[in-house]
Amino acid sequence: MKPATLWRIGLVVALMLLLEGLCLTGFIDKLTMQPPHVMVADIVHMLVSGSLNAAIAKTLGNSAIAFGLAMIIGVAGAIGIHRFKAVRETLDPLFATYYAIPIFAFYPLLIILFGLGDAPEIFIGTMLGVVGVIVSTMNGLDRVPRVLLKTAQISGFGTLETAWRITLPYAAPYILSGAKLAVAYSLIGIIGAEFIMSSSGMGYEISFAYNNFDNATMYPLIILVLVVAGTLNAGLARWEKVLMIRRGLA
Amino acid sequence: MNMAITNVAQVSLRGVDKVFTRPGKAAEPIHALGPIDLELRRGEFFAVVGPSGCGKSTLLELIAGLSTASRGEVAFEGRPIAGKIPEGVGVVFQEDASFPWLSVVDNIAFGLRRMNLAKGEREARIERALAMMGLGPFARSFPAQLSGGMRQRVCIARTLVTEPRLILLDEPFAALDQQTRLLMGDEVLNLWRKTGATIFLITHALDEATMLADRIGVMSARPGRLIDIVETGWPKDRDSRIVQEERFGAITARLWGFLREESIKAIGKPGAGGAGGKP
Repeated sequence: MKPATLWRIGLVVALMLLLEGLCLTGFIDKLTMQPPHVMVADIVHMLVSGSLNAAIAKTLGNSAIAFGLAMIIGVAGAIGIHRFKAVRETLDPLFATYYAIPIFAFYPLLIILFGLGDAPEIFIGTMLGVVGVIVSTMNGLDRVPRVLLKTAQISGFGTLETAWRITLPYAAPYILSGAKLAVAYSLIGIIGAEFIMSSSGMGYEISFAYNNFDNATMYPLIILVLVVAGTLNAGLARWEKVLMIRRGLA
Repeated sequence: MNMAITNVAQVSLRGVDKVFTRPGKAAEPIHALGPIDLELRRGEFFAVVGPSGCGKSTLLELIAGLSTASRGEVAFEGRPIAGKIPEGVGVVFQEDASFPWLSVVDNIAFGLRRMNLAKGEREARIERALAMMGLGPFARSFPAQLSGGMRQRVCIARTLVTEPRLILLDEPFAALDQQTRLLMGDEVLNLWRKTGATIFLITHALDEATMLADRIGVMSARPGRLIDIVETGWPKDRDSRIVQEERFGAITARLWGFLREESIKAIGKPGAGGAGGKP
C-alpha cells in the first residue's frame, strides 16, 4: 500500500476517533451528533429492519438512471460539439459558468413541465452530471493524435465508427474522470431535489429526520450516501488507473 | 506473393498539383506541390527525398487517397483515386500510430476488422505478421511497454496483415536512432522481398533512401516538383551492409548535389548557396 493511501486511511481513522471522543465526553451533545459507533449500529439496524429500503432503492435507482443519462448525453454531446468549432466556441463560456446556475430553483417549473413523480428529480440529477461529462470527454477528444484519425480514414471508417473504435477508446481515461464527477453530481441532484420537494427517497427521509431531531435516521442515511459515492468513485478511479498504467501514464 | 519488379505502372500521377487555400480573403493560396508526373512500377521500392516543407507527405497523402489533387490525376492500378482510399493500399506514418488501449495482437488484428475473413485465415495472417516483424514474444504487451522501434513494427504489422499491394511509408523511422534505423531498414527490405508489394517511401535521410530504394525521386523546394530520379541499381537481396559499397557514397553525394540548393531555398537563406552547386 502506498504511503499516501496509508496517510489517507490514518487521517480518516484519526478524525473518527476524535469525533468518537468528543461525543462520548459530551463535548458534542447527543442532540447534535451521535458517536460514530452508534451511527454504524444504526446503519446495520436500518438495513436489517428494511425500514428505509424503499427510500434507498428509489434514490439509488433514480441516481443510476440520472448517471446513465448524463453519460450517454454527455459523451454523445461532446462528440457533436467537438466536431463543430463554432458550436464549441459558443458553448465553452457557458460550460465554465454552468455550475453557478441554481438548478434547484427551477424545480417548480420542472414539476409543471414533467409533472409530479420521479422525472423532475432525474432531470435535475442528469443536468448536474452532464456538463462534467461533456467537458471531460472533449478534453480527451482534444488529445487524440491526428495520426490516429488518419489511420481511421485509411481504414475507411465513417464518423460513428471512428468515434466508437478510435476517439472514444483513446479518450476513455478522460471520460472516466467525467464519470466520477457525474456519480457525485447525479447523487447530489437526486437527493437535493428529494430534500426540497419530494415525499419519498433518501433526501426526503434525511430532511424529515433533520426537522424532527431524529439523528438515528439522519446520520446513517448521510453515511450511506457517502459510502455509495465513495465506493463508486474508488471503483471508477481504479479503472481509470488501470487504463493509465496500460498507456504508461501512471 | 513474391512478384518481380515489372514495367507495369501500378501508380501513375499525371500533371498533379496541390494548392492549399487559406482562410481569409486576403490570404494567398499556397502552391504546395507540382506539377508532378510519376509512375511507380509494380513491385519496386521507390523513395522520395526533398527539403523540409517541399510537399513529400502531401504527395503520399494524394496517393493514399487522404487528400485530393487540385489539378491532374492520380491513379492506382488504372483507377483514379480522387480522394477515395483505394483497396490494396497500406500506410505507415512517421508518428506512432499504435493504439495504446490495445495489446500488440489486437493492434495487428485491428487492420482486419473490416475484412470478412474466416477465423482461421484471420489468425494465420496475424501469426505471419507477428513472426515477420519479430513481435511474437510481445503479442500480449501494450504499446507503452515497447520501445519506439517496436511500436513502429506494430504499425507495420498492422498494415501487413491486410496484404496491401502498395505500401506507403511516411518517414517511418524518423524518430529512431541511427542503428535502429539501419536494422529497421533491413526488416523493411526483408518484408518487401517476402510480400512482393510496391513500396513508396518518404524520407529526409539520403542514406536511408540510397540503401533501401531501387529508384529515388528528388524533389525541389516548394512547390515540390521531381527534379531528378536516380536509379540505384542495387540487387534485390540487399541489406544494410550495402552502406559499405563505394557506389553508396557516390549515390548519396549525387542526391545531396541536387538537394543542397533546394534545401537552402527551403530554409530561406538564398545567399548561403554561393559556395556549392550541383556536381
